[in-house]
Amino acid sequence: MAITVPRPNLNWRERLYLPAIAAGLAITIKHFTNMIFGRTKVTMEYPEEKWDSNLPDHYRGAPALVRDTDGRVRCVACQLCEFICPPRAIKIVPGEISPTDRFAKVEKFPDAFDIDMIRCIYCGMCEEVCPEQAIYLRKDYAITGFTREDMVHHKDKLLEIGGVMHGVVLKWNQRK
Amino acid sequence: MNYVFIGTSLAKIIGLLGFVLGLMNYAVYAERRVSALMQDRLGPNRVGFAGLAQPFADAGKFLLKEQFTPAQVNKFYYFLAPCLAMIPAIITISVVPFGSTLFGVPMVIADINVGILFVFAIASLGVYGIVLAGWSSNSKYPFLGGVRSSSQMISYELSLALAVIPIFMLVGNLRLTNVVQYQIDNGWLIAPFFGDWTNPGKWLLAIPMLISFVVFLIAILAETNRLPFDLPEAEQELAGGYHTEYASMKFGMFFLGEYIAMITGSAIIVTLFFGGWHFPGIPDGSHGWIFGLINIAVFFTKVCALIFLFMWVRWTLPRFRWDQLMRLGWLFFFEIALVNIFIVAIILMFVH
Repeated sequence: MAITVPRPNLNWRERLYLPAIAAGLAITIKHFTNMIFGRTKVTMEYPEEKWDSNLPDHYRGAPALVRDTDGRVRCVACQLCEFICPPRAIKIVPGEISPTDRFAKVEKFPDAFDIDMIRCIYCGMCEEVCPEQAIYLRKDYAITGFTREDMVHHKDKLLEIGGVMHGVVLKWNQRK
Repeated sequence: MNYVFIGTSLAKIIGLLGFVLGLMNYAVYAERRVSALMQDRLGPNRVGFAGLAQPFADAGKFLLKEQFTPAQVNKFYYFLAPCLAMIPAIITISVVPFGSTLFGVPMVIADINVGILFVFAIASLGVYGIVLAGWSSNSKYPFLGGVRSSSQMISYELSLALAVIPIFMLVGNLRLTNVVQYQIDNGWLIAPFFGDWTNPGKWLLAIPMLISFVVFLIAILAETNRLPFDLPEAEQELAGGYHTEYASMKFGMFFLGEYIAMITGSAIIVTLFFGGWHFPGIPDGSHGWIFGLINIAVFFTKVCALIFLFMWVRWTLPRFRWDQLMRLGWLFFFEIALVNIFIVAIILMFVH
């Protein structure tokens, strides 16, 4: 069924178009002068101005390993994150903690822990699956590099991003 | 043949060409900044101070891109079209007096006695570049753009020519330097505030001159394919129009040709309606070379103001529909310009 679009009946002033054109020109010049005199502030010029302090707590940036308050790497190399990782960005080589170590009870630690940031999709599943609260998605988002190698975060880099995190998993405490 | 004449002419040609090409590059930059500011954006502000080196970056990009030629094009016309789009626009400015005198040399490259006819003759050649580009590309959208361009230019050239007839009825001469001289003696044609300003006949003439100016301005917008009339290159309808199949510097030449046409159009409007290089209170170049330079600066300031007006209009008004464009051209501006000629004739008959 054809629809008849109702056309408004314009009076002579509207049909002249010139008042409408003048009004339009006035609007654009108003925006122009507001921008010139800095009264409008819309654009954030990114590298100079950043939004970092306003990132929400649940922001999902680069994944990182954390240490607990004792300075121990929380990761126990259970490899759950490696298995859950949808793009298979994580590679863990587990190592054994020597029986004489202060944390011998933990038995395993990650000898190597690589996250390929080219593959990572920042989904946060590693953080969700981790039984040790050892891996967190932090607020770093500008991950750059000149080569593919640069884009792989090794264990040192991950720990550097992660820092120390006080968590609720305290089962490896020596006194327990 | 006089060697001084040849030397000064060459110097003027090189100087004006260089200046106009530079102005054109910065017109492109200004267009981007002005459009951005009118839309509450920032525009290109990264290359150099406040983005002022952006034209160089653009030129580098155009020159370094691949010279891609589609397989089915008509090679000869395909390569000819960008040159034809750019050259008429540059040639037109040669008859425009862009300054008074500098060291006794008149600041106009060719002071010919058919000035405005030359402008129309050459400016109308600009359509061939667009039509050839549309046709030789062997593609639907450029073809539609070329067809639209030719009909649009033919429609608006009529009102363009008719709109300036009142000026030459008044001045009695087609030479553009004489038009400027008339405006120095009698006040600018659309604003006769100085000279013999108590004469009511002059104020009566300002009304048809204003009509003339509006018609001429709109026709120039249509001639240079600026936005309310940019149907030949309507991005949303024609995927870019006549230059869809062009890449790298060949596209760049269409782009720059459009901007040079804009500068030339503004220069002609300034010469015809805004008193050319004249500004009340500033003497001409015969009083010292510094005044000659100031006159040139005044002229190009007026041109830049008009270019800003063009940009302002572009980022305000939406594009006309095809039938609206034709109706406007043939049923309104043509008639208005025609009636305007009679009004001026009647006023001249009674006043002078």
